[in-house]
Amino acid sequence: MTHWIIAPVVLPALLAPFIILAARYHIQIQRVFSVAGVLALVMISAGLAWQVSDGTVLLYQLSDWAAPFGIVLVGDRLSTLMVLLTSVLALCVLLYAIGSGWDNRGRHFHALFQFQLMGILGAFLTGDLFNLFVFFEVLLIASYGLMIHAGGDARLRAGVQYVLFNLIGSTLFLFALGSIYAETGTLNMADLALRVSLVDPSETVGIRVASVLLLLVFAIKAALVPLHFWLPSSYAEAPAPVAALFAIMTKVGAYAIIRVYTMIFHPDLTVTTGLHDIWLLPAAMISLFIGMVGVLGARKLDRLVAYSIIGSMGMVMVSIALFTPDSIAAALYYILHSTLAGATLFLVSDLVRTGRSDLMLEARPPVLGTSLTAALFFIGAIAMAGLPPLSGFLGKLLVLDAAYGSSLVVWVWAVVLISSLISVVGFARAGSVIFWKAHSAEIVGEPENVSRPSVLSYASVGGLIALLVAHSVFAGQVHGYTSKISGQLFDPVDYISTVIETPGKLSKPKENH
Amino acid sequence: MEFLVASAIGAMTTAGLYLVLRLRTFPVILGMSLLTYAVNVFLFASGRLTIGAPPILRDDVSTYTDPLPQALVLTAIVISFGMTAVIVMISLGAFLGSDDDHVDDQAEPGPQSDGDRS
Repeated sequence: MTHWIIAPVVLPALLAPFIILAARYHIQIQRVFSVAGVLALVMISAGLAWQVSDGTVLLYQLSDWAAPFGIVLVGDRLSTLMVLLTSVLALCVLLYAIGSGWDNRGRHFHALFQFQLMGILGAFLTGDLFNLFVFFEVLLIASYGLMIHAGGDARLRAGVQYVLFNLIGSTLFLFALGSIYAETGTLNMADLALRVSLVDPSETVGIRVASVLLLLVFAIKAALVPLHFWLPSSYAEAPAPVAALFAIMTKVGAYAIIRVYTMIFHPDLTVTTGLHDIWLLPAAMISLFIGMVGVLGARKLDRLVAYSIIGSMGMVMVSIALFTPDSIAAALYYILHSTLAGATLFLVSDLVRTGRSDLMLEARPPVLGTSLTAALFFIGAIAMAGLPPLSGFLGKLLVLDAAYGSSLVVWVWAVVLISSLISVVGFARAGSVIFWKAHSAEIVGEPENVSRPSVLSYASVGGLIALLVAHSVFAGQVHGYTSKISGQLFDPVDYISTVIETPGKLSKPKENH
Repeated sequence: MEFLVASAIGAMTTAGLYLVLRLRTFPVILGMSLLTYAVNVFLFASGRLTIGAPPILRDDVSTYTDPLPQALVLTAIVISFGMTAVIVMISLGAFLGSDDDHVDDQAEPGPQSDGDRS
């Protein structure tokens, strides 16, 4: 049994208290340790992804307790890919936070950042539903701190909404877990997959309620309309690097839906008849549409980016809701793209804010460094709106292609194409108002509080864009890998047998119900 | 006893939901606490209700109560307690800062809402 798989959880968990205890008043030391920790995470997660790329499933039994009784961490292709994505994103975001000085505008940024990473990475790696809840709470409580980092009234108000919405989500999660446990007597995902298929088709009331509750919880995380109301204000008011890191948090919801609804409540089950096609797909299409209309209607740049996150999550969920191996592969490709593109846009909107007093979409006089920022915004907007040649376009093609066999193909194509058009108009409007109209605006007095963004800020945004370009150039290889992932997801025999049959303490599972 | 526990959960959930839908932070937080109480009892009941039975295996006992929900509920209590403390602090901060404890967004976010960069 390799111990490396728990390192992405343990490393930040140890680093965060160390930063608080040993380097509380020394921002430079905090920065050094934080960056070193994230660099180590990138290397570890790359190693893990390499190890499972041939299809093996890594299992870690905590304290050597065997699966249905003990807690397990499981690394397969999907979870290690998400872990790798998170740590790479975290590296860029952290460098930006250091370069722009955001980490020094309040206390404990780096400690909270590490705790946040611990929660996200743990949620990707865990093989147990209750553990998933615990890691959700870890990432949420760290995100509450990060969200109101640097204070300010507007931010605190948005923070209250964010926390309340997520508390209700957590309560729903507990209700769902309680009903699943009452029905099946286990919360281990692999064990659940075996037991749910044994549920008598005539007595599925409880498990149906549980599966819908669980879907609601994950949909809150994934900001699916009509459960998206927490997202626009909180992402817009959060400090930009934090909002950029939050781009992965909506994907935690998408990941959980993919994991739970391919393995436990898979589409062939009578228990979940209608859940995917009647409920999830229309909701996903509506969120895609609402998100992109929000892009067009936003009056501030940060809100615009927040709505584009909702729209791109809608695209991801459309693809997930089709629930075929092709569509899951397309969804995974799009998840990678939309995380990088969303983070890029949040960071660019902070670059814009560094150069002007606010982010209202109105003409303001041009300031230092606008041309480079405009170029970065242009690339980010092309990626997010899904125009060629970047990965947004390829991802959208993959989604459209995957929808071709569905009975709702006309609706999917219409919604995807129309909302793309709306988002192109929205981004074009924002870019031209902010960057082009600037030259026709009259200069009234000296702009206050503006400065040229630091080189490190530009470098980290450039790093994200380089990743986007790589994601487009190597689209064939990446899509090949995501197809392999979805193959593994739709044939979870390896996963289940590895989790259930690996010996440990109490390794002869007895029927306890 | 099943009826008693079920109606207690139902009553707390109803009251909690009603309060959560209120406009100001204090009732909403009260509602959140009621909801977490309800869910704690619900989780506890998910291992079936048994009276006077031990949760650990012994040689001379034949009926047991399920120990797992008790462990789950303990975790849930700790987490919800911590979360309630956090939300109380954040909403106090928001209230003291803006002298207003409405939960919803202002109708017209003024241009000064961005002036909090420090």
